[in-house]
Amino acid sequence: MDSIKKTFSVKGMHCASCVATIERSLKKVDGVSDATVNIATEQATVTYNPAKVTAEKLTSAVSNVGYQAFIGEEVRTEDEEKAEKLHDLNALRTKVIVSLTLGALLLWGSFPGLAKTSPLFLQNFWVQMLLAVPVQFWAGFEFYRATISSLKHRTANMDTLVTIGTTVAFGYSVVVTAAPQLVTNIGIESMPYFDTAAIIIGLILLGRYFEAKAKAGTSEAIKKLIGLQAKTARVLRDSKEIDIPISEVTIGDVIRVRPGEKIPVDGIIIEGDSSIDESMITGESIPTDKTNGDIVVGATMNKTGTFTFSATKVGQETMLAQIIKLVQEAQGSKAPIQRMADLISSYFVPIVLMLAIVTFAGWYIWGPAPALLLALLNTVAVLIIACPCAMGLATPTAIMVGTGKGAEHGILIKDAESLETAHKINTIIFDKTGTLTNGRPEVTDVIALDSVTNDELLRLAGTIEKGSEHSLAEAIVKAAEAKQVVLSKIEKFQAIPGHGVEGAIDGKKIIFGNKRLMDKEAVDTKIADDQIAKMETAGKTVMLLATEGKLVGLIAVADIVKQSALEGVDALQKLGIEVVMISGDNKRTADAIGHSLGITRILAEVLPDGKEAEVRKIQAEGKVVAMVGDGINDAPALAAADVGIAMGSGTDVAIEAADITLINKDLKSVAAAITLSKKTMRTIRANLFWAFGYNVILIPVAMGALYPFFHILLNPIFASVAMATSSISVVFNSLLLKRKKIV
Amino acid sequence: MSIDKIIVVALSALGIGFIYWYFLAKNEKEVEAAGSIDITVEGGYSPEVISIPVGKPIRLNFTRTDPTACLEDVVLGDFKIRKNLPLNQKVAIEFTPERSGEFVYSCGMGMYHGKIIVN
Repeated sequence: MDSIKKTFSVKGMHCASCVATIERSLKKVDGVSDATVNIATEQATVTYNPAKVTAEKLTSAVSNVGYQAFIGEEVRTEDEEKAEKLHDLNALRTKVIVSLTLGALLLWGSFPGLAKTSPLFLQNFWVQMLLAVPVQFWAGFEFYRATISSLKHRTANMDTLVTIGTTVAFGYSVVVTAAPQLVTNIGIESMPYFDTAAIIIGLILLGRYFEAKAKAGTSEAIKKLIGLQAKTARVLRDSKEIDIPISEVTIGDVIRVRPGEKIPVDGIIIEGDSSIDESMITGESIPTDKTNGDIVVGATMNKTGTFTFSATKVGQETMLAQIIKLVQEAQGSKAPIQRMADLISSYFVPIVLMLAIVTFAGWYIWGPAPALLLALLNTVAVLIIACPCAMGLATPTAIMVGTGKGAEHGILIKDAESLETAHKINTIIFDKTGTLTNGRPEVTDVIALDSVTNDELLRLAGTIEKGSEHSLAEAIVKAAEAKQVVLSKIEKFQAIPGHGVEGAIDGKKIIFGNKRLMDKEAVDTKIADDQIAKMETAGKTVMLLATEGKLVGLIAVADIVKQSALEGVDALQKLGIEVVMISGDNKRTADAIGHSLGITRILAEVLPDGKEAEVRKIQAEGKVVAMVGDGINDAPALAAADVGIAMGSGTDVAIEAADITLINKDLKSVAAAITLSKKTMRTIRANLFWAFGYNVILIPVAMGALYPFFHILLNPIFASVAMATSSISVVFNSLLLKRKKIV
Repeated sequence: MSIDKIIVVALSALGIGFIYWYFLAKNEKEVEAAGSIDITVEGGYSPEVISIPVGKPIRLNFTRTDPTACLEDVVLGDFKIRKNLPLNQKVAIEFTPERSGEFVYSCGMGMYHGKIIVN
C-alpha cells in the first residue's frame, strides 16, 4: 500500500535539539519512512504506511520523548480553506438564485392584480406548494438546522426567528391549501402565503451572501500582513549560498539580499549598502539608505544594492510577526462601547419572541377582521424584521477595519479600548528629547572669526575634542568628519570639568569650551558677545575656541528638532488639541525649542521621575491626556496617561507601557492616530445608532403601531428586505473606513 | 371576551413564561478544566461554562461542527483573542488567565455566549 503524508502540530519544543529528538522517535516507529519537524511552525510532517501506523502510535512516539502531538487536528492549508469558503459561497449563491426565482413565480401567481397576468397553473395552490417546498426545506434547511442545534443549548438566534416566521407563513398556507374550509368558515378568504415564505428565505440568504463577501474585507489587513512574509532566505553556510525556507533561518545566520528581493528576517547589515523600501511596515513612502551596522527589517524590499546581513530576530520575534500579533490582539479585544450592545443582544431574541406572541394576541383580540390572518402576518413581520446581527457586527467590524488601517500607516494600536479612548484626547504631552528632537546634539553653526576659515576652525575643534568623552564632543568630531576635514595630532590634552578642554596643536595652545573657560583664561570675547547671546536664546549651546589666548571662532551645538515635528504639532493644534512639551532641559533651551514649534505650554527642568507627576497634574485639570515618548525612559508617564503613545525604535514594537506604537517615527502619525480613532468611533456610533434605531423603530411598526393612526402595516416581504439590508449596511459602513483619509 | 380569545390570552401568557424560563432563566452547569479542554461548537458552546485556575496556562480546543456563519469566529475579548474556527477542525487557543473573575466569550457577532470562570 502507498505511504501517506500527514502534518500535525507538536507542542512543547523549545530548542533545535527537540526537533532531532522527535524526528528520531517518529522514525523509529515501524512503517514510518520519513519524519521532519519544524520548530518555527511547531509542526511535524510524517510519511508513513497507513496499514502499519496509526495516529495513536505517532502520538505516543512524540509523547514518549516528552512532547505533545495533536494529530486529530488536520492542518489545512490556506488554499484549501479558501477553496472551501468559495465552495460554500457558491452553494449559497445557488440557493439564493433558486429561492428567488421560485419566489418570484409564486409572487406572480398570487399577488393581487398581478396574478391575473400569470399562467393558470401558477395560480393553483397545490402547484404553489410544490414550488415552495424546495425553498422552505432545501434552501431554508440551514435555518432549521441552526435553530434546532441552538435550541438544544437553550439559546435562540437570528435563525430561530427566521425559522419560526417562515414556518408560520408556510404552515398557514399548507392549511389553506389542504383544508380551505377551516379559514373560510371564520370569514377569511382562502389565500396561501407561500410567496411570502419563499421570498423571505431568498432575500435573507441573499443578505447573508453579501454579508459573507463584505465581512471577508474586514479582516484583509491581517491577511495582507501575513502575505508580506518572504518565503525563503539565501543563507551563507560553509561559504556556499543556499536557499532555505524562512522557518529554518536561525539567529546569527548570514543572509545575502540582492536588488529587488525581499529581506527575509530582521538583522544588521554587515557588508554592502542599499536603499530599502520600508513602506509596507512603516507606511513611510520614501526608501531609506542603509549601510554597515544599520538595522534591516524582514519583509521590507531591497531596492538597489546587494548586501549581507546577520539575522538578529527570527520566527515570532521579527518585527512583522510582532506587528501581526499586536494587530490580531487588538482585533480580538473589545471596545467598552460594545458592552452595551453585547448585553442587549444576549436578551434580544427571546424578547423578540415574546413581542411576537404579544403581537399575535393583540391583533387576535383587538384587531379588525380577518383577525387571525392579520395576527399571523404581523407576527411573521415582527419575527422577520428583528435583526440582532446588525448590533453584533456594529463594533467589531469597525474595530477590525480601524486597527488594520492603522497598521497600514505604521500606527499599531494595542487594543480596542485604546482606540476608543484616543478620540477623547484633548491634551498631548510630548517628551522633548528623542521624541520632538533627534535626541543627540548636532553642530548647527560654525562661525570663524577673521583669522581662520570655517574648515580650519572645525579642524582645530575636532582635533581637540577627539580625545574627549563629552556628548558634545561626539557631535563636533562627527561634523568635522562630515566635512572631510583631516584632523591633526593633539598634545597635552586636558579636560577642565565644567569648562571645556585644552591642548596643543601644531605647537600652539588651544582652549575650547564655554564662556566661563574664556573668562578664566582671560580671553576677550566682546567681539562675539552679541552672537553668543543670540544663539543661546535660540536654545543652542555655544562653545568658543581660542588659540594662544585669542578668540578665533564659535561652534554652536543643539539637539535638532525632527523634520516632522513642526507639521506634527501643527496637525494636532488644528484638531483643537493642546500640545504640551515636557523636558529636563533648562527653561531657556526648552522654551527656544518649544516656541520654534509653536508650543506655548512648556514644562522645563522636569526630572525623569517627575514626568509621571506632571501627567497626573494635567489630568487633574480634567483633561484627557496622551503622552508621547520613546517608551523606555518615560514608561511610567506613558502608563499614567490616558493613552500612552510610543515612538518605536529599532525592531521592538511591543512596547509594554504604550497603548499606541508609532513605528514610522513620523510625528504626524500622532494626529493621524487620533483622527483614525475619531473616524472609527464615528463609524461605530453610526453603526450602533443604525442597528438600534432600526430595531427600536421597525419592530413596533411591524407590530402594527402605525395601524391605529395611518392604517399602515408592514408586509413581511418588506420586513425581510429591511432585515437583509440592515446587517449588510453596517458591514459596508465599516468598510468605508478604509477609504477615509487619516493623514 | 369570547372563549377563543381567552384561550389565546392564556396560551400567550404561557408562551411568554416558557420563553423566559427556557432562554433567560437557564442555569448552565459549570465544568472544571485544567490544562486543556475540548469545546464543541454546535448551536452554542459545550461545555458552555468552564472554570479554570488562575495563573495556569489553559488550552481550549474548539471544534466547530456547525456551519452557521455567526459561529465562524470565537472572541475572548478579555484575553484579546479572536480566532477563526474553520469547520470540523480543531483550533487550539492557549492563554494564561492572570486574574480571577468571570469572563464571557462569544461568537463573532455576540449572539452565542460561553463563560470562563477563573478561580
